[in-house]
Amino acid sequence: MTQDDIFEKVQEVLVDALAVDDDEVTPEATLTSDLGAESIDFLDIVFKLEQSFGFKIEQGELFPDNVTQDPEFVQNGRVTDKGMQTLKERLPHADFSKLEENPDVTKVGEIFTVDALVKFVERKLDS
Amino acid sequence: MRWMWIDRVIELEPRKRMVAIKNITLAEEHLHDHFPATDSEPALPVMPASLMIEGMAQTAGVLVGHAEGFKEKVILAKVSDATIDEDAGPGMTIRYSAEITQIDEQGAATKGTIELLDHANADAGYRQIGSVNLMFSHIDNNRSGIEFPEHNFVFGDGFKTLLRTSGIEVEA
Repeated sequence: MTQDDIFEKVQEVLVDALAVDDDEVTPEATLTSDLGAESIDFLDIVFKLEQSFGFKIEQGELFPDNVTQDPEFVQNGRVTDKGMQTLKERLPHADFSKLEENPDVTKVGEIFTVDALVKFVERKLDS
Repeated sequence: MRWMWIDRVIELEPRKRMVAIKNITLAEEHLHDHFPATDSEPALPVMPASLMIEGMAQTAGVLVGHAEGFKEKVILAKVSDATIDEDAGPGMTIRYSAEITQIDEQGAATKGTIELLDHANADAGYRQIGSVNLMFSHIDNNRSGIEFPEHNFVFGDGFKTLLRTSGIEVEA
């Protein structure tokens, strides 16, 4: 499956899960800020990716689990160096460029771009 | 008291499918306000579509709760899709059929159909008038790590009575 094929299927998943238009789902769009994803939508996206690509996504594999509640990883509303490192290790597909510029915990959602999902699927299909 | 929007469970295939019925009656007070007579129109008592979605949520929610022995607190988190094409009025029976499409530690997705039986034309049987797809969260496993009370406040006596009177065993 080419990257374009994967993008198209990811786009379909997001249009369906988030009730957005095709043209809003660009590679650089973030799931939360740009596409309006809320907490439960992340589970919906996981379910729909599983159905669409036929693989199983373990809890915490695509989106982090409670990292932002850990006081070692977040202090004074900002992601610590250790938190950033942990997130990067757990989520190699995510885009950390914006979060590194401003490690405000409310911006953690920014690491999930459409392109990050496409990369995640590529890795899953290759493994 | 929990406001129950299903009267009886008529089929249960654990972890897969559940079917429940709801008999609509003029004794339900809200029907007199939905819709009352106006100067130009007579009253039109019909079941609000939002309550049909709630009926499906209760059907699918019990199915999802039953899948884990009612240990999880199952909360309706998202109406993924809902289409209801026809009104349902007093003296008719609604049949909700819900199916689990996916379930894991964090929650479940369900799809379902709404059918209507008009007893004035019972030979025609049930006909589909809508579909509702839902997402449920097992809230003790929510992504944000928020904690909730230990006791299962979702599946209280109302649901237990419903299951028992439908012939389904539940723990006291």
